[in-house]
Amino acid sequence: MSRTGARLDAKKVNSELFTLTYGALVTQLLKDYENVEDVNKQLERMGYNMGIRLIEDFLARTGSGRCYDFRDTAEKIQSGFKIFLGITPTITNWSPAGDAFSLCFETNPLTEFVELPDHCLNLKYCNILTGVLRGACEMVQMEVASWFLQDQLKNDSVTEIRVKFVKRLEDAIPAGED
Amino acid sequence: MTSITISAVRPRTSILDKSLSKGKSEVSLSCYALLFSELVQYCQNRVYTVPELQNKLAEMGAEVGHRMTDLLVMREKSGKREVKLLSVLLFIKSTVWKSLFGREADKLEHANDDDRTYYIIEKEALVNKFVSVPKDKGSLNCASFTAGIVEAILSDCGFPAKVTAHWHKGTTYMVKFDHAVITRDKQLEDR
Repeated sequence: MSRTGARLDAKKVNSELFTLTYGALVTQLLKDYENVEDVNKQLERMGYNMGIRLIEDFLARTGSGRCYDFRDTAEKIQSGFKIFLGITPTITNWSPAGDAFSLCFETNPLTEFVELPDHCLNLKYCNILTGVLRGACEMVQMEVASWFLQDQLKNDSVTEIRVKFVKRLEDAIPAGED
Repeated sequence: MTSITISAVRPRTSILDKSLSKGKSEVSLSCYALLFSELVQYCQNRVYTVPELQNKLAEMGAEVGHRMTDLLVMREKSGKREVKLLSVLLFIKSTVWKSLFGREADKLEHANDDDRTYYIIEKEALVNKFVSVPKDKGSLNCASFTAGIVEAILSDCGFPAKVTAHWHKGTTYMVKFDHAVITRDKQLEDR
């Protein structure tokens, strides 16, 4: 491991603080919006904002280069979860075309202490994750879509996020830098 | 025979059947900082002034605080609660701070001129680590979130107080207890 890697790795926070802070945020959103669908959207948007910045941190820590194929991307996403949330989702259910896969979570720090009340069954509690994936991949010229197939909070045995490759984004020059 | 649905979710194992986590797992600081940043931005978009923003942050902190109280009392104190004012402050300075932020708060002080007021001082507040306060919002301290946590814990422990965050020696949390709390504590001492 490189010297810088070790230095950066030291910065950790207790996952309960993270869990409860996220919980407070979701609770607040549920209070502020009447519609659960709007809460899902807002969580995704927040995740997107986090993702576009988190990817830099990922690249700085891992020093990883371009992905060769989408399988490569899947592994990097998996290692991202390890670095940032300390969990390793399994990669499964590849589509025959190799453009979609599932991430399965046995445990998830976001949902520790969480129970969904009946009126929140449409809530995608962890929807922030799909936003993070979209934001992070967009910054490395990939458009991906992701959604929940299973959710432990809704009594499924695992939480499964489906991730699908949409297209490669062409290099866009930031405004004012031509 | 058709059954009557009472709850849409069939409980597999309730959350209370699981054993209590030990609280040792960690996530990366950047991840937390970005989440906190989203939280602050969200609050900021819904208010007009700095005090309003701080109140909003404190409200959300309180959500965290209420949950921490039970968790820590169960896990760290085996269900025993503090009844003395000083012990409850020390509980916050050490136990609460250690579990939330990985280390004790730097200092706990008693105001010279007011027996209701205590200060918890932290040189570098975790939530402020990556926050740069814009010039036009000089007094804003996002550690109001932490102040909200502390206030909720104190009130859940039966020591209602007002807690605010200030820029002083890093971040200082000013804890101002209700009169009743001080009176009760004096009575305890006299016995």
